[in-house]
Amino acid sequence: MKFTLSWLKEHLDTDADVAVVADAMTMAGLEVEDVHDPIAALAPFTVARIVSAEQHPNADRLRVCQVDTVDGPKEIVCGAPNARAGLTTIYAPIGAFVPGLGVTLVEKPVRGVVSHGMLCSASELELAGESDGILELADDLAVGTPAAGVFGAEPVIDFEVTPNRPDWLGVAGIARDLAAAGLGQLKTPPILPVPGTFPSPITVRIEAPEMCPVFAGRLIRGVKNGPSPEWLQRRLTAIGLRSISRLVDVTNLIAYDRCRPAHVYDAAKLVGTEIVVRGGHLAESTTAVHLKLRDDTPFDKGDGPHREHLIALDGKTYAVDPTMCVIADAGGERPIGLGGVMGGESTGCSDETVDVFVECAWFDPIVTAQTGRTLALNSDAQYRFARGVDPASVAAGVELATRMILDLCGGEPSELVVTGQTPAAPAAFAFDPARVASLTGLSLDDDRIAEILSRLGFEVARGTPWTVTPPSWRRDVEGTADLVEEVARIEGYGALPSTPLPDLGAPSRGVLNPRQARVRLARRALAAMGYAEAVTWSFTKQSTAALFGGGDDALRVENPIAADLDCMRPSALPNLIQAAARNAARGHADAALFEIGPIYLDDSPTGQRTVIAGLVAPRAARHWGAAPEDALFGLKGDLMALLEALGAPVASLQLAQGQNRDWWHPGRSARLQLGPKNVMVEFGALHPRVLKALDADGPMLAFEIVLDAVPEPRGAKSKARGPANLANLMPLTRDFAFVVEDGKAVGDLVRAVAGADKALVAGVSVFDVYRGAGVPEGMKSVALEVSIQPVEATLTEAEIEALSAKVVAAAQKLGATLRS
Amino acid sequence: MTDLAQLELDLINAIGSAETAAAVEDLRVAALGKSGSISGLLKGMGALSPDERREQGPMINGLRDRVSSALAARKAELEGAELDARLKAEHVDLTLPSRPRRSGSVHPTMQVMDEMIALFAEMGFAVAEGPDIEDDFHNFTALNFPPKHPAREMHDTFFLRPDPETGERKVLRTHTSPVQVRTMMTQKPPIRIIAPGRTFRKDSDATHTPMFHQVEGLVIDRDIHMGHLKWTLETFVARFFEVDGVDARFRPHHFPFTEPSAEMDIRCDRSGGELKLNQGDSWMEILGCGMVHPNVLRNCGINPDEFQGFAFGMGVDRLAMLKYGIPDLRPMFDADTRWLAHYGFSAFAAPNSASGLS
Repeated sequence: MKFTLSWLKEHLDTDADVAVVADAMTMAGLEVEDVHDPIAALAPFTVARIVSAEQHPNADRLRVCQVDTVDGPKEIVCGAPNARAGLTTIYAPIGAFVPGLGVTLVEKPVRGVVSHGMLCSASELELAGESDGILELADDLAVGTPAAGVFGAEPVIDFEVTPNRPDWLGVAGIARDLAAAGLGQLKTPPILPVPGTFPSPITVRIEAPEMCPVFAGRLIRGVKNGPSPEWLQRRLTAIGLRSISRLVDVTNLIAYDRCRPAHVYDAAKLVGTEIVVRGGHLAESTTAVHLKLRDDTPFDKGDGPHREHLIALDGKTYAVDPTMCVIADAGGERPIGLGGVMGGESTGCSDETVDVFVECAWFDPIVTAQTGRTLALNSDAQYRFARGVDPASVAAGVELATRMILDLCGGEPSELVVTGQTPAAPAAFAFDPARVASLTGLSLDDDRIAEILSRLGFEVARGTPWTVTPPSWRRDVEGTADLVEEVARIEGYGALPSTPLPDLGAPSRGVLNPRQARVRLARRALAAMGYAEAVTWSFTKQSTAALFGGGDDALRVENPIAADLDCMRPSALPNLIQAAARNAARGHADAALFEIGPIYLDDSPTGQRTVIAGLVAPRAARHWGAAPEDALFGLKGDLMALLEALGAPVASLQLAQGQNRDWWHPGRSARLQLGPKNVMVEFGALHPRVLKALDADGPMLAFEIVLDAVPEPRGAKSKARGPANLANLMPLTRDFAFVVEDGKAVGDLVRAVAGADKALVAGVSVFDVYRGAGVPEGMKSVALEVSIQPVEATLTEAEIEALSAKVVAAAQKLGATLRS
Repeated sequence: MTDLAQLELDLINAIGSAETAAAVEDLRVAALGKSGSISGLLKGMGALSPDERREQGPMINGLRDRVSSALAARKAELEGAELDARLKAEHVDLTLPSRPRRSGSVHPTMQVMDEMIALFAEMGFAVAEGPDIEDDFHNFTALNFPPKHPAREMHDTFFLRPDPETGERKVLRTHTSPVQVRTMMTQKPPIRIIAPGRTFRKDSDATHTPMFHQVEGLVIDRDIHMGHLKWTLETFVARFFEVDGVDARFRPHHFPFTEPSAEMDIRCDRSGGELKLNQGDSWMEILGCGMVHPNVLRNCGINPDEFQGFAFGMGVDRLAMLKYGIPDLRPMFDADTRWLAHYGFSAFAAPNSASGLS
């Protein structure tokens, strides 16, 4: 909402300058977005007079003008067709910043003739949207007169109107709040009824009171339309509106002055003498009637129900439906307007209009909002009705419009016609003024509270408790909290006390639940392991989601921000893969990324999981030293260390290979589970086909932990650790080499050997896996180092022999034989 | 009679010119071994008269001690030289690079979330969470958004496809307020929580992304008023920006779910791209807040005549940008490894009250 300072001062008696007004607005809740002060921008520009204008020697369309300026005579090159001797216009000196062009003038030759300044058009000064020549000003203006004074330029304030306060869509409403806040005295002129001299020949019938409960109007005979006077044009153009004609400008002025939309019909173009307010028609239900209609009541001929059409004042054709409010004439047959939104072209006013029917009505906010949305049709009226216009302003609106039309266009008014029922005014309710203190901490006496409410238009009856009646324009106020806000807002939030929260003491333990604490720990652990944390979209492309087991319709975004972000992700991996690919495309192929975030299995509150996903694109630069660790086992090591840190039951996890889902490399991936139905991690190399589909170069290695599937450590009732039981006997090691079928998993062999004597075997490590000479075809040799920890006494040679035999026997059960 | 002086001279010369540890050992055996020259002299002392022994004894013993020392000294000298030679041969070029190690990092948004959680934890706030995919009730209706009200449009809501049977359209939550609703519906006051999480609005430019992060707070008790709200947020903002105090102002605003409602601005100077708090003439909005609307309390099963409280909400990514001088929001979610390395945080910078927030 934009308005000028002078406009405000017609409603508010104040000496405040624009900065003070803007500040007071902000602190009263009218959030100022911009204060445009054209006076500053116009400062370099002054009135000048062209003494002579000669043809430019080298360019047909240019003239070389001798100009009488504030800086003395200047030679200026001008391309405007209206540059001529004797013209009074605006001069910009070298060095001036021309706002409409966005340039600062420098002295330079134009086709060989140096121009010592510039003659300006209205658009170059941002006084108009476009112009077809330099300004033509009155000849009596003295050379050197500042441009700001010539154009009556003044500061414009633009502010954000919150949806609860439609009354701020009128300057009078703004003034009321500023007066209450102490900025000045409210002086909005009262609206006096204009007596009619004859009964209105045009009547109104409301068929859709749920859309339009009340409709008022009157005929004014014998008006003279035409361009508006300069003050009115200036008032409208200053806030970015277009001046059209006196009759139309009056309605626009009232909309912005009082938040009271109005409409004018050219009475001569009305068919019949009755205006009907109704819902839009579908042709099927009214075929018989419409067959008789004239050609200018078009119905669409497409499929589906045939709808009425209206050509609106913007020249566009709109199809209406029964949810929209239609204004019709011709006995209710011909649509001539969309109620609360826009009038129709067929009855629009022109310079030839002699008799005008002036309308003010009240249209339902939800109906108006929906119509605007459905038709993508926004207007000042639609914006106001959708938020809620004062229902009590219907008749007053017609009276104000009448007064202005009579003043500007002359004419003779009929009596006022008011049809329907004004919606009920907001109800009175009980209010305890002590709630101001208990809700805000402000201590104000009752008189002050009553004063603020009264200044805002509330009726206050101070009984026990008080009874407060909101004004008709404050339909947002429903109860105590709303009144407390009004009081606190006008008193100023600066007066609020700063009161410490009741001290609950430092929490006896952390505030995070175990799952939240694990997320935090995983984040720091992975960062310490060299992974960079990424945060990526919760959405992905549907076809990508499908590659990772998702993409259901139930998880499709109906209105995505972009076509490739149209589905909730079933995994964090596709985003990490694409991120790594983007990094590679930028020349940084080596990456280790992780993300801890949501995945979506269905659209219910329980369908969301938290995953810890890591991705490695191993592209380390070549190094002079020995070969590095295999990246896949590096990733496995990171994963196992992370699970250990999270307190996952690592010792009882099964590693199952060959069962991962489609996006994993079938031979180079595995899952960790407590059982086939309790899979908590998949990890390994990603499937090359999936990488290719995502335009990513492999190999890429990854893991994805479903945190919700990782059980929390049990029975941690006490933080005490229990005894450490450190053995005080020397451990010893024995090496074994087993020959086993190549297809057998080494992990199984290790597990069997570790279980050969759970009391004595402290650990098993694999120090060689060998295939080749000396080992039969199809077999491999696996070399194990078994750590033995004596518990009670040093082991004798015989006891060690016996343990070795157990190890060999355990291995044999898996078909492994001791290599001889 | 052996000439002891000559013998000593010979032996010391020989030891001095021995070139290897083995040659030193040979000399030791020749002098001090079983049948060594000095050993022979010591043995021969038994045959001497007491007077001769008294005279010769100290001389022979002295000779033995000096030769022993010379042998030991020479041996140590030669061993030292050998070690030096070996170590010299073991030289490596330490200007060669070590194997590069990836340096991990914590995302600034997550660092800032951890900071906020740490600060609010000290004020007794627990952390509540809820789903990203919400229904209309929890995201709007319970929060006092009237049906079809323009305020709903201002949220630029993402919708999921309507359920083919019920026609219900789930929404991606536009704020974490549904978590407040869920908390109030399942817990009895007093309530003191923050709700951090992902939020979604259909908007994309330099300062808006279709996904972003919020931390909201909720305090419900019998006597909580706007003064508590003001203190809580002033305290938080000062501690978050790690300054002693913050020049803040509260400004009336409108939210459907709070009444009275406010926005909090902080005084700052942002010329030159860096945020200087408590300086300059401009005010920057940093969060929205207010007293929980009685309708919201009622919708969540809390009696507004008995309980009241405040709520607030702020953008985590934006506060991360402000605090750490990140100029553009969009790269936050692009996972550019260079950006993450530059703006990310050490794993060990976990916020705490001893070493600070980061």
